[in-house]
Amino acid sequence: MSISLLGKLSWDAVPLHEPIIMGTVGGVVVAIVSILSWVTLKGYVPYLWREWLTSVDHKRIGIMYIVLALVMLLRGFADAIMMRTQQAVAAGGAQGFLPPEHFDQIFSAHGTIMIFFVAMPLVIGLMNFVVPLQLGVRDVAFPTMNSISFWLTASGVLLTNLSLAVGEFAKTGWFAYPPLSELQFSPGVGVDYYLWSLQISGIGTLLSGVNFVTTILKMRAPGMSYMRMPVFCWTALASNLLMVAAFPVLTALFAMLLLDRYLGFHFFTVDAGGNAMMYVNLFWVWGHPEVYILVLPAFGIYSEVAATFSEKSLFGYRSMVLATMAICVLSYTVWLHHFFTMGASASVNAFFGITSMIIGVPTGVKVFNWLFTMYGGRVRFTVPVLWTIGFMVSFVFGGLTGVLLALPPVDWQVHNSLFLVAHFHHVIIPGVLFGAMAGYNYWFPKAFGFKLDERWGKAAFWCWFIGFHLAFMPLYVTGLMGMARRLQHYDVLAWQPWLLVAEVGAVVILAGIICQVVQLMVSIRHREELRDTTGDPWNGRTLEWATASPPPAWNFAVQPRVDELDAFWAQKRHAFAKQDLPVQRHEYAPIEMPKNSPTGFVTAFFAVVTGFALIWHIWWMAGFGVLGATATLLAFMFRTEDEVEISAEQVGLFDRAHSVEVSL
Amino acid sequence: MNIAVEVDAVHQGELTNISEAGPASKRIVAGFGFWIFLLSDIVMFSALFATYAVLVKATAGGPTAAQLFDQHNAAMETAFLLLSSYTCGLMSLAVNSRYRLGIFFGAVVTFLLGAAFLNLELREFQGMIAVGAAPQRSAFLSAFFTLVGCHGLHVAVGLAWLVLMMVQLSLRGFQDKVVRRLHCFSLFWHALDIIWVLIFTIVYLMGVLP
Amino acid sequence: MRYGPLAVVLLVAATLGGCNGGVLDPKGPITLAERQILFNATGIMLAIVIPVVIATLGVAFWFRASNERARYRPDFTYSGRIELLIWSIPLMTVLLTGTVAWIGSYDLDPPKPIASSTKPIKVQAVSLDWKWLFIYPEHGIASVNHLTIPVGTPVSFELTSSGVMNSFFVPQLAGQIYTMAGMTTRLNLRADHSGTYRGMSANFSGDGFADMYFNVDAVAPDSFAQWVASARTAGPVLDAQSYAALVKPSKAVVPFTYRSIADGLFAGILAAVSQPTVEGLCVTYPNSMRAER
Repeated sequence: MSISLLGKLSWDAVPLHEPIIMGTVGGVVVAIVSILSWVTLKGYVPYLWREWLTSVDHKRIGIMYIVLALVMLLRGFADAIMMRTQQAVAAGGAQGFLPPEHFDQIFSAHGTIMIFFVAMPLVIGLMNFVVPLQLGVRDVAFPTMNSISFWLTASGVLLTNLSLAVGEFAKTGWFAYPPLSELQFSPGVGVDYYLWSLQISGIGTLLSGVNFVTTILKMRAPGMSYMRMPVFCWTALASNLLMVAAFPVLTALFAMLLLDRYLGFHFFTVDAGGNAMMYVNLFWVWGHPEVYILVLPAFGIYSEVAATFSEKSLFGYRSMVLATMAICVLSYTVWLHHFFTMGASASVNAFFGITSMIIGVPTGVKVFNWLFTMYGGRVRFTVPVLWTIGFMVSFVFGGLTGVLLALPPVDWQVHNSLFLVAHFHHVIIPGVLFGAMAGYNYWFPKAFGFKLDERWGKAAFWCWFIGFHLAFMPLYVTGLMGMARRLQHYDVLAWQPWLLVAEVGAVVILAGIICQVVQLMVSIRHREELRDTTGDPWNGRTLEWATASPPPAWNFAVQPRVDELDAFWAQKRHAFAKQDLPVQRHEYAPIEMPKNSPTGFVTAFFAVVTGFALIWHIWWMAGFGVLGATATLLAFMFRTEDEVEISAEQVGLFDRAHSVEVSL
Repeated sequence: MNIAVEVDAVHQGELTNISEAGPASKRIVAGFGFWIFLLSDIVMFSALFATYAVLVKATAGGPTAAQLFDQHNAAMETAFLLLSSYTCGLMSLAVNSRYRLGIFFGAVVTFLLGAAFLNLELREFQGMIAVGAAPQRSAFLSAFFTLVGCHGLHVAVGLAWLVLMMVQLSLRGFQDKVVRRLHCFSLFWHALDIIWVLIFTIVYLMGVLP
Repeated sequence: MRYGPLAVVLLVAATLGGCNGGVLDPKGPITLAERQILFNATGIMLAIVIPVVIATLGVAFWFRASNERARYRPDFTYSGRIELLIWSIPLMTVLLTGTVAWIGSYDLDPPKPIASSTKPIKVQAVSLDWKWLFIYPEHGIASVNHLTIPVGTPVSFELTSSGVMNSFFVPQLAGQIYTMAGMTTRLNLRADHSGTYRGMSANFSGDGFADMYFNVDAVAPDSFAQWVASARTAGPVLDAQSYAALVKPSKAVVPFTYRSIADGLFAGILAAVSQPTVEGLCVTYPNSMRAER
């Protein structure tokens, strides 16, 4: 074995012989270089560095998460449409345009990116932006750690995408089961890219969990007891508790697989006593709570949207809270349903089948509660409401197929088939993605000061709704016809018509994505007409609508005092009843806000260096990366100034200007 | 806002529920957040424990727990670590009293005991590797080295953190931030102790049972 | 009431091309029972889901802001009776489906032998990269990427893998079961109609995964005996050496048979990768992993 200065890295790592990959890489490089050049030439770099890259403001961090997610949605969707196209053509003897080595990476990357780098950042980003505002506080418990969390997620994104240009990605599917993911069967760097990207971003997610659990439990406006918290904050609490409780399992698991691959350990190897079933168990002990991490905040968004746009309080608040926390706890009791076919005994299978059904009960309760929220309300069919109703009518069918899959005898017949693929997309897309889209449209005016265009928003919704059904309902059929998942080609011609319909569906979803891009562009162009001057464009009920749009860095000039649920709605009611103008505050105090810090960005830079170095076995570079990260954290540990003072004058100026706008 | 109110100074009706008292103080927030982090660390150890339990008999014809473990050594390690927790507690008391000498003395003894623990553990590992019981030998050994080694790594990080805290204390004095961090350190150190008790029981004591 | 939606499901299913070959076209007792469970559960769930969807659309439409006739009731945010109803409907449904899950998991448990007057035949299946090896220990032959079984006779499988995890799956005859190196899983099935059925691996195992499908020929018992006899006359011998050659990665392997098999081959395949202290594992998990030699 030759010890080279660059480990395993050589020019062979760049897949020059693959036109599709090189074309994509070329395009991405051109795009990045153009954007960076434009930003630099326009002189935006100091602004971006000062206001965004080093920001520890939860609102900025939330926005960056969402931008990251939306960009990665494009990559994940590109993978999806390539898979659909391949499967639409590779029937009979045809081999399609993607050879197995490439196709296998695409479906692995698709799953990994969509779960970890689209769904997670969307949900975490929305929670970041909204939760402190709804709680009536100025920021999260640990703002610098919040920045570190975001940048570590970005590191994971960067590493995963680097694998396209340098080396390869995992070819094992997004859960990377051993023995296939062990060195013996995956000797390349693909699985290492997967493991290090997720290990690094996993740390970010865990820290996020710690941050938000602490914020929600220990930092709320005075008077905001637990049962006066907005439901979105309850779902955020449940989601973050799950992050704290589940991600460490994934960290341990990946560490074990890494030890197998790097140091020749035998956790999951075929020989020397390794047990691949242990991997499967631990993976899904993490994996099932993970999907609830994603869907619970989406449920929270639906609750907020349903209440606001029905002009009615959420029906059955206590029930919703109970259901949320029940789902949180129960999500730990179902993991075996991901591998009923692995040969557990009848009693074990039956137990987990039953628990998997039980967890559907609180979810069902939530659907009924949303229904009764609209009942007796005055429902406005805005874009967020469309996404919500679209969710309600689709998700329940996804849940239906979930109950089917929870029956072991049925699961044995459709596990790992396209029926399964259709089911989980049926719950994730209407569940999580529609929720994120609803939240995006709902809170966009708060974040940027102007609304999103309604027409393009509605067009986007309909394209997504129709496209999703076209793309996935045929997969239930092919699954029942015996088509397994992850097939690069197939011999049964009877499957092809269904896969062609699915391809059409994918194209319609593409139209939906294009509508969303256009929506954003049009909204920016017409932002003056769409301007939100009052900070309360929807006649909202919760505290985030009590500040300006966008809110000042300090969120609230004076910390709000809360006396009941739907705090802002109550404030408005009392003000109306007393025929009062918004309270004229005459006394402002200076506010201490956390100081911006490059810690997050720089730590993440070293994380990328370390990750890349470990993947390619460049040990000196890995050491350098670890040292750099340590030095950065030490610098943070020993910094002398933690806070910046906003003068009372500045607070007063902003607040008075905003009050004038509101009363106009 | 601090809800610790002198009872005589306020009417009964004005005592607020802690959940309505508004954002807690930095000290509470930092401590609570660190606790949540510790809980996540314990979850990580649980995964390692579960793996160990599953793989403990997977010796692949190689050395078994009964053959390898030296209970005497494990008892010594336990003594050192438990004692270091005690001295860490003394250090915490000294922090509360702002008694510098007590703090440094407590820190030094804690450090030495922790280092002694690590020393014993490293020797144990070296010894095992020397007789062919390396982690690459079998799944059981992989699980053992990872579980116990992960704990040892945490101890090493703790020792480094202790040194840094002493440096920071001498440079900055009893700033709120420094006191909060010392508090977090002792939470960390005690948690490691708890994990060790579990390791001692599950790995060393139960490991030599038939 | 639940048979209305059930009829819809059946109608839709029947019009689907999927009526030929697949989960909805069972050819044996196991899959027949599994399909019945699928239909029953779908019917039960549709009875809940369809009214909910109609109610959702109906409520949203009726209570639209522009509808003057709808009564605005902003204080209707809690009702004990409704709470009771909406918790109990899902709970009762789960009680029903849970019972189905419990009974079905036991009745159709893969290792459970199929009650039959005919004596079962044994097949040992090994998943390799990227083909299937089927050993008939009682008949002294083996076949690659093709399975021939007698109609009406239960087949008792012992399965393992030479390396990565696969999943043995013949949708029309039985549920699937994973194959894992060093471990034995068990499956029982019976074909009640003669025909050719598609089998496959349902767990992704690498580049040649898509070609790991095979045909299962269920033939009359005499034809089966004939097939066994003719297999014994031609083809290579399966021993440690030829097995080692077979293990080497290959894709889209054309089916062929071995005319004789070495003794204890399956046990040997297991032992090559298994944990020697398997008894210890059995002690810790007496009911689950069934790791045996």
